[in-house]
Amino acid sequence: MSTTALPATVAREKRLSLSWLGIAPFILFSLMFLLLPAANLIIGAFQDADGHFTLQNIINLGQPAIIRSYTLSLQISAASAFGGVLIGFFLAMATILGGLPRWVRPTLMTFSGVASQFAGVPLAFAFMATLGRTGLVTALLFTLFDLNIYRTGFNLLSFLGLTLTYLYFQIPLMVLVISPALDGLKREWREAASILGATGLQYWRMIAFPVLWPSLLGAFLLLFANAFGAIATAYALTGSSFNLVTILLYAQIRGDALHDPNLGYALALGMIVITGVSNGAYIWLASRSARWTR
Amino acid sequence: MKTTRFFPWLGFAIGAIYFLVPLIATFEFSLRMQRGTYSFKAYQVVLADPNFQASFSYSALIALLTIIVGIALVVPTAYLVQLKLPRLRPVVEFMTLLPLVVPAIVIVFGYLRMYNSSSWLPLTGSARSTDLLLVFAYVTLSLPYMYRSVDTALRTIDIRTLTEAAQSLGSSWPRILIQVILPNIRVGVLSGAFLTFAIVIGEFTMASLLNRPAFGPYMQLIGANRAYEPAALAVIAFAITWACMGLIQLVASFSPAQKR
Repeated sequence: MSTTALPATVAREKRLSLSWLGIAPFILFSLMFLLLPAANLIIGAFQDADGHFTLQNIINLGQPAIIRSYTLSLQISAASAFGGVLIGFFLAMATILGGLPRWVRPTLMTFSGVASQFAGVPLAFAFMATLGRTGLVTALLFTLFDLNIYRTGFNLLSFLGLTLTYLYFQIPLMVLVISPALDGLKREWREAASILGATGLQYWRMIAFPVLWPSLLGAFLLLFANAFGAIATAYALTGSSFNLVTILLYAQIRGDALHDPNLGYALALGMIVITGVSNGAYIWLASRSARWTR
Repeated sequence: MKTTRFFPWLGFAIGAIYFLVPLIATFEFSLRMQRGTYSFKAYQVVLADPNFQASFSYSALIALLTIIVGIALVVPTAYLVQLKLPRLRPVVEFMTLLPLVVPAIVIVFGYLRMYNSSSWLPLTGSARSTDLLLVFAYVTLSLPYMYRSVDTALRTIDIRTLTEAAQSLGSSWPRILIQVILPNIRVGVLSGAFLTFAIVIGEFTMASLLNRPAFGPYMQLIGANRAYEPAALAVIAFAITWACMGLIQLVASFSPAQKR
């Protein structure tokens, strides 16, 4: 390029348009394979079979079967996110602030990286081998304590069973998400508090928790959306018998289970709204808590 | 702090048990195929299954293509955003986070509506073009991870100086990207690549709804019909995820930033 011979402004303009050209494939890709397909569904949700505008699909979301599936999905997502936040937080706290030997932390982090990605179909298999009717833990509890958990009403293919299974990737995800926030708690704050006579509890209640709460709430929302969009684990575990909204949508895409294509688009729109709101709030909270980690 | 370390250890122990017990149980279960004795029979059966071999190689190939397309898309974009178009950063970051906001099942539903065989671009019309659509679907799925790895790697090097040095020596733009920038961010690119592989290899929803013979749907089918083979598959899948994460750590330990 012999741009040096041209006047500076022309050269800059040319280079800038070249930059735009370089970024064009990404913009085009995002439009074609992210934005437009999603927009397409959203438009479909407001159309009837002939393509006219209607709100009927949104109203039809109110039918009992769909409300039930949304409710079940919301409950499972909330329960697994809450459990994940709680257990993951204490696990991260024990490892980072508990004064454990140095090797513990990298071990936990590596393991969390693996376990948070270990979802989907194989996770369902792992829990069947653990807590299924012939699973190792089920058998051990029976031989050691004479306790048949399936007699007590436990079932892996149930709300509790699925929540326990989801926790396997929710807890490690929480550990990964919350660790930077725990690192952000400065040692000086704790020292300053104890010099001023604060007890451990007071330190947590009046200093650490107010600093951490946006991170905790944000992590909850991230875990919530993570569970809400999941399908493979539940599908492999329970087949289509478990009425989650993702499983209903899967059946709808496969064979128009609702007998109304446009209602399917409305179902998808509802999911986008729910994961969109919780992820949007997460991103907002994450930028808020970033102030303290500077 | 001189407080007792009993509770931290207890917490760590409970966490370790929760993570390890299902793995041990799965491994034990996978050895139980022959009655009365432990054996690797389930693994032999799985590995000898032609459908396993076919679906696994299919998914591995798709994962490889996903990584190549993903790198080709993300590296120039992240580079230009950082060097020339910082104003576009919020837009690009929003796009890369979008796959976390829109669930995979919804994205693929959108594809089926937009690219069906009677649309303007009938990508689901033939097997080969559906493979292409699956690759694009996986690129979107891995976009948040790939972009973040590459962007972080770009921040650790002085791309402006590198670019100016290359330019003053007469390098063309493709050459700057491939021969100057890419080698300097190889750790980030490789981390993104291994993470992409771990995500794509066993993915179920998108492959199943696009009707492609991938490893995820194969595992689901085996799970619905067999007893011991699924456990063996779970152990294999876990080993692959573990290997990918191990490789990420390994390349990170070779990074120039670590040596300094």
